[in-house]
Amino acid sequence: MTRMGWSVLVGIAVIAAGIGLASLRVNPYVYFAGYVILQYVVIATAWNILGGYAGYVNFGTPAFFALGAYAAVFLIRSIKAPLPVLIVAGGLVAALLGLGIGYLTLRLRGTFFSIATLALSVVLQTMIINWEYVGGSRGISVLRPSGPPFGSYVTFLFTVMVALAVVAVLAARFIERSWIGRGLAALRDNEEAAECMGVPTLRLKLFATTVSGFFLGVAGAPFPYYVTFVEPNSAFALDYAVNALAMPMIGGTTSWVGPVVGAVLLGTASQVATVTISSELNLLIVGVVLVAFVVLAPEGLVGLVRRLRGR
Amino acid sequence: MVRAVEAGYGAVRVLHGVSLEVREGETVALLGTNGNGKSTLIKCIMGMVAPAGGEIFLEREGRRVDLTRKSTEEIVSLGIALVPEGRRLFPKLSVEENLLLGAYRAQARAGIARNLAFCFEAFPVLRARRRQLAGSMSGGEQQMLAIARALMSSPQILLVDEPSVGLAPILVSRVIAKIKELKEQYQLTVLMAEQNFNQATKIADRGYIIVHGKIEFEGRDTRELRENELVKKYYLGV
Repeated sequence: MTRMGWSVLVGIAVIAAGIGLASLRVNPYVYFAGYVILQYVVIATAWNILGGYAGYVNFGTPAFFALGAYAAVFLIRSIKAPLPVLIVAGGLVAALLGLGIGYLTLRLRGTFFSIATLALSVVLQTMIINWEYVGGSRGISVLRPSGPPFGSYVTFLFTVMVALAVVAVLAARFIERSWIGRGLAALRDNEEAAECMGVPTLRLKLFATTVSGFFLGVAGAPFPYYVTFVEPNSAFALDYAVNALAMPMIGGTTSWVGPVVGAVLLGTASQVATVTISSELNLLIVGVVLVAFVVLAPEGLVGLVRRLRGR
Repeated sequence: MVRAVEAGYGAVRVLHGVSLEVREGETVALLGTNGNGKSTLIKCIMGMVAPAGGEIFLEREGRRVDLTRKSTEEIVSLGIALVPEGRRLFPKLSVEENLLLGAYRAQARAGIARNLAFCFEAFPVLRARRRQLAGSMSGGEQQMLAIARALMSSPQILLVDEPSVGLAPILVSRVIAKIKELKEQYQLTVLMAEQNFNQATKIADRGYIIVHGKIEFEGRDTRELRENELVKKYYLGV
């Protein structure tokens, strides 16, 4: 069997394990917390396709995530669309936004690109606040559909997130090992040199921003059913911007393993902190850990392990 | 073949009607000191700077291909490769990854294994350092890598932009000799922009001297170039 075949098989096994875990019916909080951690696996992986592979740091994660969530809210309100439709639609709308910021890279590089993405979040949030149909600034309640395919609705959403995480990670892994990944690494390292070599830099950047945007939107699409009440402040929370960047940085940005490790570690730590200490402390923990890593292990945990192995 | 090319950046005009021709199998030197438009001309040929006027074309088997309307990617696919000024390596990627990126175009990927073997044969030091990060090598080794990377696309035409920059004299001789050796081995056509007059004329069949964006002198062989005392004195300062 090919390596690709094996990784798909492993992915299926992980999804099966997720379904198994969902049917165990342990303390429901485990699924609540697990959902958030898995959501961060998707977010960190998606962010890393642009930020890690291509080296374009995106501070606008909340914009993409919330766009996925609000696309879902719109479709729930207007046509009561089923969850798979919400996920695909949320992904596609966010992918379109991604394509748009892809064209920004024509003129903006480095810090200037990052600042532009920061503004993106603010602009989009203002628009949502003024759009009454999806709840405006007051927010909107979302009723979960009755009768999930199995278990309770939360365990069902948990399983869905396991599947989404697997798909996102497989996609990232595939990109990383293909010529696309090699081209992205080239433009991260030296964009001008990449152009000299005939690497189609613009097309690669558009690809990265679009795919990254797609999965960020996908992560946001089930969000309305998870929280059942969507309002701009929580959908556009700063947490997403900070975590999306911190998790891959802590795990290591050059491989698909990094964001997964970072998301699981940091996601678990902040869930534990929420229960034991306070929910406000989360971002502080993330910030401190991030600074520590940037100073002590700039290549993340993956880089640290490689270095210790003597490579 | 480049005819009457005009180009510049914004309001600044750098090239004023530059015309030159490189025939198949030749090594042509484009000589001039800094700031005279050598690199701009090379970038025009590679499609990285859009010329404001004139024409740049490739004649092959009686067919004429206009390069001014093509993107860099398409130009690389036509068999033209660039060894850029200042090397422009991927410093945080390994030597091997740098070489593979030289073969990014679909046409070049088929020949990767063969070309990689050729490169390692021509530059044994690169084989020894294949896992090392390109940025951690010495200047001479980096220049060798830049040349090897360009060869990974199996080009017929090699553009070399200032291979001597930032290298010790002994390394310059070595790099120049290597270009000649590779040119003969692969039957390349070479256009080399260089300010090191003596080194460039060692391997060039003929050359042009560019001054302030104009071709001031065309030497039909190296002797003509070398014996042009006026040009040497005033424009090259040797």
